[in-house]
Amino acid sequence: MEVKPKSACETCPQFNAEGLKKLGVNTSEFDHVIALAGNPNTGKSTVFNALTGLRQHTGNWPGKTVTRAEGAFEYNKEKYKLVDLPGTYSLLSTSEDEEVARNFILFGKPTVTVIVVDASRLERNLNLVLQILEITDRAVLCLNLMDEAERNHIEIDTRSLARDLGIPVVPTSARYNRGIPELIQTISEVAKGTIVCKPHRIKNIPKNIENAVQKLSEEIKKEYPEIPNSRWIAFRLLEGDAHIIELLRTGEFV
Amino acid sequence: MKNKNIEHIISLSNDLRWQIGDEFHDNLAEGIYADAAEIVKDAVHKKDQINKLRIDARIDKIITSKTWGFPLMFLILALVLWLTIIGANYPSSMLAGLLLDTLHPALKGLASTIGMPWWLDGFLIDGVYLAVAWVIAVMLPPMAIFFPLFTLLEDFGYLPRVAFNLDHLFKLSGAHGKQALTMSMGFGCNAAGVVATRIIDSPRERLIAIITNNFSLCNGRWPTQILIATIFIGAVVPTAFSGIASLGAVIGIAILGIFFMFLVSWALSKTVLKGEVSTFNLELPPYRPPRFWKTIYTSLIDRTIIVLWRAIVFAAPAGAVIWLISNVYLGDQSIAAWLIHSLDGFGFLLGLNGVILVAYIVAIPANEIVIPTILMLTVLVTGIDGGAGAGVMFELDSVSATGDVLKAGGWTLLTAVNLMLFSLLHNPCSTTIYTIYKETKSLKWTTVASILPVIMGFVVTFLVAQIWRLLI
Repeated sequence: MEVKPKSACETCPQFNAEGLKKLGVNTSEFDHVIALAGNPNTGKSTVFNALTGLRQHTGNWPGKTVTRAEGAFEYNKEKYKLVDLPGTYSLLSTSEDEEVARNFILFGKPTVTVIVVDASRLERNLNLVLQILEITDRAVLCLNLMDEAERNHIEIDTRSLARDLGIPVVPTSARYNRGIPELIQTISEVAKGTIVCKPHRIKNIPKNIENAVQKLSEEIKKEYPEIPNSRWIAFRLLEGDAHIIELLRTGEFV
Repeated sequence: MKNKNIEHIISLSNDLRWQIGDEFHDNLAEGIYADAAEIVKDAVHKKDQINKLRIDARIDKIITSKTWGFPLMFLILALVLWLTIIGANYPSSMLAGLLLDTLHPALKGLASTIGMPWWLDGFLIDGVYLAVAWVIAVMLPPMAIFFPLFTLLEDFGYLPRVAFNLDHLFKLSGAHGKQALTMSMGFGCNAAGVVATRIIDSPRERLIAIITNNFSLCNGRWPTQILIATIFIGAVVPTAFSGIASLGAVIGIAILGIFFMFLVSWALSKTVLKGEVSTFNLELPPYRPPRFWKTIYTSLIDRTIIVLWRAIVFAAPAGAVIWLISNVYLGDQSIAAWLIHSLDGFGFLLGLNGVILVAYIVAIPANEIVIPTILMLTVLVTGIDGGAGAGVMFELDSVSATGDVLKAGGWTLLTAVNLMLFSLLHNPCSTTIYTIYKETKSLKWTTVASILPVIMGFVVTFLVAQIWRLLI
């Protein structure tokens, strides 16, 4: 019998097509929760569909998804629940769809947050990315719509981007299923802790504010040593967010 | 102990907030933007990005221009409607042939072979089955054409441009510009349009959008408009123009709906829902070539089947009710006849008749069955030969035969025009009402959203009828 030698691709962990099982809406019993966040109209729902095999309706206009949709997939015997959040530009405002997204990232405790961005509009999209990175330290940047960026002759140095943001960056074109296997692999590595993120923290703030944030954040850490986002809570407290104050009092967010 | 520490944190944050002043929010936002700019400077290289953007910009210049924006919008609307109307005829008559002409007699035959009592047979086959069959035959084809076409436009990126074009008008009426998007969704299904209003941040403007969504002529009402326009409006012009005339009438009603939407939004924002118009950013997304087959497939599965299923669920009990009211007698009249006669006077005032009003009461669950119910009830009260028996919904072989039944029921051009108006201006269907309640969680606003359009319908049809009778 002839034994076929394995090609380099097949031995690579990324080549694990048979490791993926799309589970559709069957979200019972999962090992990890993955949140999909991002600006409106960056293709979150398309990524969601590519991962779960579902056909959540997609459309070319900002605001298509107003509720969160859930789906699941299995990869290398581990089950992942995927939550597609409504698109938001920021986590600092108050409309209902944005609140759904913010509350889930803050209190839903996803194992990994996948931030989907439009590669052609990276700068604008980073606004949300930097805010999310203040909240969670397990995130993956999905640099979607790469096909459009290429057509617009935009080149992105994913390595330097990953280094600056402190999280893995995966270029994809979810419409054509490009980059999805790599995305899944990266998600699983972050979920299992093989990849450890060192998320970027907002730097360009005036000294007096930075001091205030630091002081407050240390106090919060004393009280809740296990939370990763004491800085974000400090931001919200300084903003006077009544909701956060309420949650601090009830201790519900831990 | 813990509580004390937390109160300490909160009071510390209050102190610090005073110290850093009220520029905190802006400083933070600026900081984020500055960070983003630094990161992008290192990571992104644009070679020459003019190429594709220029094409997008060029298309936008035409589509959103002051001169061409509106005409193009109406042209696209007309094209979609025309394709829907023309295209739906053939599959509709095929389905009707199969479900109503073949399967229905077969079921009746089967029922009599197994000796089913007449009332059970009538209730189940003539009531429930026929209503469901009707909804499928009348609704499925236009939906299967309209939804995919709409989805293609959506995927291409046209909807935000519509919002852009209409933004000025919305601002004038005191409503949110994003209401253009929810209004467009309403043309497919009002319940879907109401859910879509979640993209509007301000509660005031969102309520306006919810209350006025019903003025978008929904999918359940297009077939009524089309049929009545074809029979009555098409008949008053020479045959060569009847197609255009009826299409024009239907589009006219749709535009009238948009007009009422603006009017009511304006009235609400000037009275009970006063407030500032909020500003917002709407990104015009790049034009993306829709993935044709995938779009067709998903919109069939996601929208058509779901909406159809909902219609069936609601039509089945409505069919049962229709059969019951025409077969249960109070004294020497059926309940239906009794209702119709008592509403005839009021109907006359509105330029309608009792049959239409009863049909609209029975058809609250699903607008789709208004026309078959009207036909059935007309035959019931006039006693003409055309139907298949009391309480049995039916379709006639041709549009002209339907017209004959209606004319025998005393219909005039005025009845037709007012039916079209009333079909636009009446309460939302029960699914939409329920959705409004779920979204607003307020009995008061749900009631307003349900009653307001009916009152407007009464007023408008009454005025039209009075003026019509004076002049003609």
